[in-house]
Amino acid sequence: MIRFDKVGLGYGGSTGKVTGPEVLHDLSFDIPKGVFRWLLGPSGAGKTSLLRLMYLAIRPTSGHLSVLGIDVGEARRRALPDLRRRIGVVFQDFRLLPHLSAYDNVALPLRIAGRPEGQIRADVTEILGWVGLTKKTGERPAALSGGEQQRVAIARAVVARPALLLADEPTGNLDDGQAERLMLLFQELNRVGTTIVVATHNDTLVARHAAPALRLDRGRIVDAR
Amino acid sequence: MVRFARRTRLLRPPHFDELGLRRAFAARMLPFMVAAMAFLAALTLAGWVGAASLARHWQEGAGSALTVQVPQPKNPASQGGSRVTRVLELLTGSAEVASARQISEEELGALLRPWLGGNGERMALPLPAVIAVRLADPDTDLGVLGRRLDAVAPGALVEGHDIWVRRLSALARSLQACAGIVLLTVAAVASAVIAVATRAGLAARREAIEIVHGLGATDGYIAAQFAGRATLLAGVGGLAGALAAMPVLLGLANVAAPFGGFQPRETNPEMLATLPPILWLALPVLPAATAAIGFLTAQATVRRWLRGLP
Repeated sequence: MIRFDKVGLGYGGSTGKVTGPEVLHDLSFDIPKGVFRWLLGPSGAGKTSLLRLMYLAIRPTSGHLSVLGIDVGEARRRALPDLRRRIGVVFQDFRLLPHLSAYDNVALPLRIAGRPEGQIRADVTEILGWVGLTKKTGERPAALSGGEQQRVAIARAVVARPALLLADEPTGNLDDGQAERLMLLFQELNRVGTTIVVATHNDTLVARHAAPALRLDRGRIVDAR
Repeated sequence: MVRFARRTRLLRPPHFDELGLRRAFAARMLPFMVAAMAFLAALTLAGWVGAASLARHWQEGAGSALTVQVPQPKNPASQGGSRVTRVLELLTGSAEVASARQISEEELGALLRPWLGGNGERMALPLPAVIAVRLADPDTDLGVLGRRLDAVAPGALVEGHDIWVRRLSALARSLQACAGIVLLTVAAVASAVIAVATRAGLAARREAIEIVHGLGATDGYIAAQFAGRATLLAGVGGLAGALAAMPVLLGLANVAAPFGGFQPRETNPEMLATLPPILWLALPVLPAATAAIGFLTAQATVRRWLRGLP
């Protein structure tokens, strides 16, 4: 499903050459299909960079990375959009489009995939109902609270039923009840075969929902149980 | 599969603007700049058409005209009558000559006045008779005609206008070449303006593009959003420029009408008739051409920019 083989990552300047120090070093681990993994570690450990590699926002600067069975380093650029459509991402800062309504934000992945509007309407209405935003479908992100925006971001990440779901601090703006509902959604998706990786600082949540974890420290995997 | 993808893409709401380009893509500046370029292109096109039409007119008119000079015109010819009368008879009786007319002494005096003043006759200069000839066939061999004239009036000179026609044709061709270069330059500047506007739009909507790209949008999907907007704005600009050029072109065509053998008209509907037909075809093509430049430039600019994303 996901395979890291001696993967290193350094950020570069505008020329694309690596100019800065490596932020991830020599990472090697596997995440099998259909599992749930916590991604843990202190701030600055490299969790967000690791997730960015997984959702193909960047490519590794050394080693081999395979996502959903495709070698990201070897794959042609034109093959990546299809792969990205099979990955759902919940961002720490939501990354919603401010000029679109909640409905249109959630519908975006389906429209990009070219699904018919009838199916989009049914799927988006259902998922917005599930995250409790039925009455806010026409609102733009600026008119929503932080928690509501996060729920829109979650709905957008799961609406296309991705094979891999990645979440970066998804409960950061949610109260305990909403965080629990989110975990139930993740478990439900995991039960139907979605592979899920969640990066978090929320120790209470991790303790309440025990699952194998990848632990990062200063860009290295220190525990992959 | 491809057909299915196309069919489903058509179901996308027509005004769905996920990248927010309606606000970010220079909606006023771009059409205005493209309109200015289209206006210049319309004038240049008119210049090109005008030069071509003048060249054709000169070739058809001056190319078939020549002058015959008969020295000592009133002296008797060997076959009876005056020399000039014999020459005129020979010319009017020739199949290759459409018309032959002797220039009157008054007209000749007027032609020579800049050099001789009004005293040509008083100075008792031996002026030749001049006959203006229009040939039925511009390709007539002037050497043969000259020898026949020399037989009835020795010393008669035939002077064709072909050297002037060649010079004027070369002038017209160089004017057409200049117009072509200007047209290409205008197209290049319009393309550069659209490229700059597109890059500004890319910079303004960078975050939205990255989000859509991260959700699996292809380069073609994103480029199509920009190209659609650029095509619309450039097409509107081209239409405005072509419409703005219309009255100017009508005025210029009316002023230039006599050079093309037409009479200038005084009322607007009549002036429309003086515009060459090829311009009537070219003007509607201008908005289509600017729209095409907008589409191609935006596609190329966006796709090049997107190659910077993974």
